[in-house]
Amino acid sequence: MVENRPLLTVLTHLVLIVGVIVVVFPVYLAFIASTHGSGDFMRGLVPLLPGPHLIENYGKMLTEGISTAGAPPLWIMLMNSLIIAIIIAVGKIAISLLSAYAIVFFKFPFRMVAFWIIFITLMLPVEVRIIPTFAVVANLGLLNSYVGLTLPLIASATATFLFRQFFLTVPDELMEAARVDGAGPIKFFRDILLPLSRTNIAALFVILFIYGWVQYLWPLLVTTDSRYYTVVMGIKRLAATADSEPQWNFVMAAVMLAMLPPVLVVIFMQRLFVKGLVETEK
Amino acid sequence: MQTKRTTFPNKLLPYALLAPQLAVTLIFFIWPAAQAVKSSFEREDPFGFKTTFIWFENYSRLFADPGYVNSLTKTAMFAVSVTLLSMTLSLILAVAVSRVLRSNRAYTTLLVWPYAVAPVVVGILWWFMFNPTIGIAPYLMRAAGISWNHRVDGNQAMIFVIIAASWKQISYNFLFFVAGLQSVPQSLTEAAAIDGAGPFKRFWTIVFPLLSPTTFFLLIVNINYAMFDTFGIIDATTSGGPNQATNILVYKVYADGFLGLNIGSSAAQSVVLMAIVIVLTAIQFRYVERRVQY
Amino acid sequence: MAAIELSGVKKTYPGGAQVIHGIDLAIADGEMVVLVGPSGCGKSTLLRMIAGLESITEGTISIGGAVVNKREPAERDIAMVFQNYALYPHMTVRGNLEYGLKNRGTPRDEIDARVNAAAQTLEIAPFLDRKPRQLSGGQRQRVAMGRAIVRQPKAFLFDEPLSNLDAKLRGQMRIEIRRLQRSLGTTSVYVTHDQLEAMTLADRLVVMNGGHIEQVGKPTELYDRPASLFVAGFIGSPPMNLIDVERIRALPGVSLPASLPAGTDIVGIRPDAVVMGKGAAGDIPLTGTVELIEPVGGESHLYVRVAGLEQIFVIVAQGRTTLTETGQVDFAVPVATLHPFNRASGRRL
Repeated sequence: MVENRPLLTVLTHLVLIVGVIVVVFPVYLAFIASTHGSGDFMRGLVPLLPGPHLIENYGKMLTEGISTAGAPPLWIMLMNSLIIAIIIAVGKIAISLLSAYAIVFFKFPFRMVAFWIIFITLMLPVEVRIIPTFAVVANLGLLNSYVGLTLPLIASATATFLFRQFFLTVPDELMEAARVDGAGPIKFFRDILLPLSRTNIAALFVILFIYGWVQYLWPLLVTTDSRYYTVVMGIKRLAATADSEPQWNFVMAAVMLAMLPPVLVVIFMQRLFVKGLVETEK
Repeated sequence: MQTKRTTFPNKLLPYALLAPQLAVTLIFFIWPAAQAVKSSFEREDPFGFKTTFIWFENYSRLFADPGYVNSLTKTAMFAVSVTLLSMTLSLILAVAVSRVLRSNRAYTTLLVWPYAVAPVVVGILWWFMFNPTIGIAPYLMRAAGISWNHRVDGNQAMIFVIIAASWKQISYNFLFFVAGLQSVPQSLTEAAAIDGAGPFKRFWTIVFPLLSPTTFFLLIVNINYAMFDTFGIIDATTSGGPNQATNILVYKVYADGFLGLNIGSSAAQSVVLMAIVIVLTAIQFRYVERRVQY
Repeated sequence: MAAIELSGVKKTYPGGAQVIHGIDLAIADGEMVVLVGPSGCGKSTLLRMIAGLESITEGTISIGGAVVNKREPAERDIAMVFQNYALYPHMTVRGNLEYGLKNRGTPRDEIDARVNAAAQTLEIAPFLDRKPRQLSGGQRQRVAMGRAIVRQPKAFLFDEPLSNLDAKLRGQMRIEIRRLQRSLGTTSVYVTHDQLEAMTLADRLVVMNGGHIEQVGKPTELYDRPASLFVAGFIGSPPMNLIDVERIRALPGVSLPASLPAGTDIVGIRPDAVVMGKGAAGDIPLTGTVELIEPVGGESHLYVRVAGLEQIFVIVAQGRTTLTETGQVDFAVPVATLHPFNRASGRRL
């Protein structure tokens, strides 16, 4: 539409620039803080321009950590976060693909019951059933393990629904052609359905990777052994040193490192990210 | 419920396919939830030897507790404020982005990444901004004659967590509003323009009403977010304080259960929270079904 | 290659709706049988039952002498061509052609030989490494055919394979399918709702209606001697004129021959059986007003209102016509071309 309102155009960009500043500024400040020395946070105001200690701070956090705060070197926590996020994302996708496949491509007694049991998980976020779930995991001896960190988070109604929706849009004839071509249920799933679901799987992976990475309460509860700390919960320990002000330069170096992987995923896979987000939430 | 026109004839395979999902769901979702419901009707003696069935006593005690009622009102205030603030800002940004043609991808990229920041990290970022001794926000407010200390002032603490929680949710709302705006047919705004409506009038009379499905959906999602996904933000900023001023339900259930070790009360709180999620989900799904019929 | 035999085949859905009411049909080895009928007549369901994609409630289907009721589609050794082609979108054309063979454990060199031969026959060799979405509708259709022929199955099943193509391409592919089927000599069952397609392709035509078979026979037989009112109305374009005997009798100066069988209350008259002008002695002379002329090139379709008859009478006149709309026309119907029907039974007498 041809519309010539220069004032409105200026206003539009102004709004967007202010919006971007609001969104970016807290992180900018964190980045600046992570480049300074410990002594720079005593005076009245946080520094607003970069300091000279960037490599030193990040290097120390990655390789040594702060032992007084009970936090191991950051690279260990980053690895843990990566492992956990990948297990959660892959696990959720795998079991959701299978259950959606069963629900759409088979008829069997108790099909509706199964569907509703999966549906109910939507209504029970971990924050809500925290204590009894913790008790179950503790009784199973899964505290301080990758299994305990990931398995209880792996059921997914939204992923199952997404795949169900997608499977229903796959033409009936494709499955019929495959059956005529001699493919049984397993072969059809592997040779036809899975390759067709690629984009959906990738989009969902982006969302679920982020979901796994930002988990906080659950890792906080089930890990006491610092070998299993994730970076997100480790940061909280860094920031919460009891007696004094935290060492902001180190905390913020850790914050930057903890944010980087999922943020990069969003930025570089923006198309998949948007698809995943908008489609899972329908 | 729908299946394919033809289905595979296997009898046992579908159960095998469903088994992993159902096992995880039963062990880590249904069983714990059932436990919570059960404990919410029981009292455990201090040594844990004996439990007594006490009907609704935990619940009646809960709602008679001023601390819990306070938490309820704080949660409501928090959820409504976060929802309104975040959605308003996102809508403005989404409308602005949909007006620019060339640079909209760049702006979008710069606006969406906070989705990937963990709530607890959001808390730390904003705690740093609002730190009463060295933070930039209190520094600026001092210049304007306002004394800021959210460690002491409950209202300031509430404003503080609302800002932090809203910031995180902007990117999410923004993306959905952008998608919603794209689905408003351009012919309608063009028709309105020919009818002589200016850009603001067009927005309020044409675009905004057509956006109402998105708005309603986001309303529910944001309330849900503010009530349940902000645990990390509260934990990293105020820990529910000062003096319970920001002790929202999801934080309280954790604090009472794990730090206070009051199992019966915590279980009753869990059940109340479940009821809230169930209501929110039901509303959302009724709305989704209605939308599907269009 | 094999004969297909259906005996007493019925299909009832779990809800209780019966869609196939007992079909007996023997298809000879190498024969091309076309199932034709209006939508909802059960022709596709029947085909899918032969394929093994729908269960059989009652009766038996045998292929090559063996009852296949309980066999999976793949175990029936048939190949199917679908209306929307159902090509695997993520595989190349070659991948699509190979898939069924691989699943059967066919040796690699044999697969290559068969795929290349099929690609030659169907002229799709240049596209073997493309994905289906990079092909035109006609090319996809060929690939779907190719997928069927590489398998060298006992039978081909076609489920309205041409209805997604435009008219010109449909004509071309029709000829090609016929040629291919003849040269391969593979037993084929072909489902369509297009009666022209049905007439031109079939060795034998099966007209279905409401889950029953109305008539089975060579296309010309069905055209010349439709066994029921339904077949009479369905086969032939423009359709047969079906006229109430009483009304013809009531026309001035018209008498029907005594040779019509007893009980005839409807007579059918093919539009192309009509003779223009007064006709020969013994013909039934009629006069009417031309309402509409459709020139179709070599012939013209005349829509004529005859005073005293309810419906518009359709005539196919050979060559160019000199008649004009609203003008009068004389025409005659040779008695031998009348098709006698009984209204109550719907059958030919």
